[in-house]
Amino acid sequence: MSFDISPLTTNDNHQSLKNSVVRALPTIIVPFKQIVDIKEIKVDPSTQTPITVGIPRKISDVDKNALEEAIKIKEKHGGKVIAITMGPPEAKTALRETLAMGVDEAYLLSDPIFENSDTLATARVLAKAIEKLGEYDLIICGEMTLDGLSAQVGPRLAELLGIPQITYVRKVTIEGNKVIAEKDLEEEYETVEAEMPVLLTVTREINEPRIPSLRDIMKASRKPINTWTASDLGISKEDVGAEGSAVQILKVTVPKVERKGIIVKAETIEEAAEELVKMILKEGVLRG
Amino acid sequence: MSSNEFKGVMVFSENFEIFLELLGKGREIADKLQTELSAVLIGHNIEDERGKELIKHGADKVYVVDNPLLEQFNVEPYTDVLSKLASDYKPEIILIGATKRGKELAPRLATRLNTGCMTECSKLDIDEEGRLVVNRLVYGGSSIAIEVSRVKPQIATVPPHVFEKPTPSDRTGEVVRVDVDVKEPKTKIVEKRKKEIAGVRLEEAPIIIAGGRGLRSKEDFKLLKELAKVLGGQVGCTRPIAADYGWFTNWIGISGVKIKPKLYIAVGISGAIQHTAGIMDSKIIVAINKDEEAPIFKAADYGIVGDLYKVVPALTEAFKKLLK
Repeated sequence: MSFDISPLTTNDNHQSLKNSVVRALPTIIVPFKQIVDIKEIKVDPSTQTPITVGIPRKISDVDKNALEEAIKIKEKHGGKVIAITMGPPEAKTALRETLAMGVDEAYLLSDPIFENSDTLATARVLAKAIEKLGEYDLIICGEMTLDGLSAQVGPRLAELLGIPQITYVRKVTIEGNKVIAEKDLEEEYETVEAEMPVLLTVTREINEPRIPSLRDIMKASRKPINTWTASDLGISKEDVGAEGSAVQILKVTVPKVERKGIIVKAETIEEAAEELVKMILKEGVLRG
Repeated sequence: MSSNEFKGVMVFSENFEIFLELLGKGREIADKLQTELSAVLIGHNIEDERGKELIKHGADKVYVVDNPLLEQFNVEPYTDVLSKLASDYKPEIILIGATKRGKELAPRLATRLNTGCMTECSKLDIDEEGRLVVNRLVYGGSSIAIEVSRVKPQIATVPPHVFEKPTPSDRTGEVVRVDVDVKEPKTKIVEKRKKEIAGVRLEEAPIIIAGGRGLRSKEDFKLLKELAKVLGGQVGCTRPIAADYGWFTNWIGISGVKIKPKLYIAVGISGAIQHTAGIMDSKIIVAINKDEEAPIFKAADYGIVGDLYKVVPALTEAFKKLLK
């Protein structure tokens, strides 16, 4: 699977342009997740567990960077961007938002049996949907979502689809059917090349996601959102949900933060600073 | 396949320091399960000495896979190697160092083995059923999840400095060279560029002063450096400072370095959950911020509301005076 952008920049006759457009422009798929807004999570004081039900949801931050990058590539090279998400029917609002950003097609993968899927089961559902969508050139994911912090779905999806992956990408360019991406690692940057199709996971530094205008939002409200269920995807119960998941969460707790929360105040900054230093010295953290 | 066919603990990291740390913990787990601890060395021109080093740090057996295609880390051939070894030797637990490379390898490996993977575990235990039970952060780092993998091998990744490097001993073990068929990877590394500013090891630093977006320029970090000098501390920063502006190589927070100093001073840092989750193991947290509503004050023991450009020099002077 390859595409060539040159016909768009040369003066080829109309017919050849049309042919290469039909055959050649990239299809980019962005699997994303709508998550609870972490800032809004409350704690149940009796059990010290997080309350995540009834909390506002939003597109996971880094997934927005993935969407933005896909749209930017489309704006430069042509082609189309398809957004897919697995979630409850309410996730349609998130898909609507991606359409407003500039996504061309939106798919909701929704079925009660998908609930409580771990990263393995989630990747299975996404892989089935991507196979059903047909040919593609790029898949772009966020490096991780803030809720699960697992950074797994991207690599798992690449493995299930049998394509290479380039993770922690902070910069990407497309040349012909080649992707050149810069990975942000702990001590170094690594530039990696691969022929498409390839899966990228991007960091939040790669771009600044656009905020759709009111007009974009209005236009998006008329676009269709497709829904696929487990049977549409040929997925059975043993492969998804709690039953099809490998990892089981036994318990989630919120560690009690016991901080003193003392604000030091004084007439002058110098006095406040001295007061603070005396308090720190009393803590005995500066010796030994 | 019955799960009883799986036996042993296998450890891998492309980072030798984390490798040793994981061998310490891996040894403890293997002893508890009364099983064998193996280590996997992947690369090219690997000397037996390297394997013996791993044995000294706790491994019973070291599998060495040596191939020109494995000279530098690439997730594709490394997955080929580990999945082959896991299929042949059937460890019940695989521990992998949670560097960014380790974190892209582990889920790919887990998928090929059709099993689970638990990312960045801060605690590993064996329960009465012999299962690996882990603790890991979720919800931006605000909560701790306790998880198990119902499928074997049970795969977990562990960040640096979670476990202590074991003291080497004169134990004996076996270095086994294994041939694994590896394919030419589809991704090609064309360039590696060291990050310009040398990263300071913050994970072990007892005193850390970190700056956030309240600092207007890279040069302004000298205020923090002066304070750090007086206290014998290290200087760090938040994600935007490192990742957006490139003033530092790495940052403190859930997606960067998690720290556990005795004293942490947050300067011009608002205190988003992704940051505070990375500092919660600090003994004493001090915050300096001009916005009294900044969430960092809720995560702090002591704070001064004020202009950091005035407060930090005053603090440096006060420490100089009172530490005499």
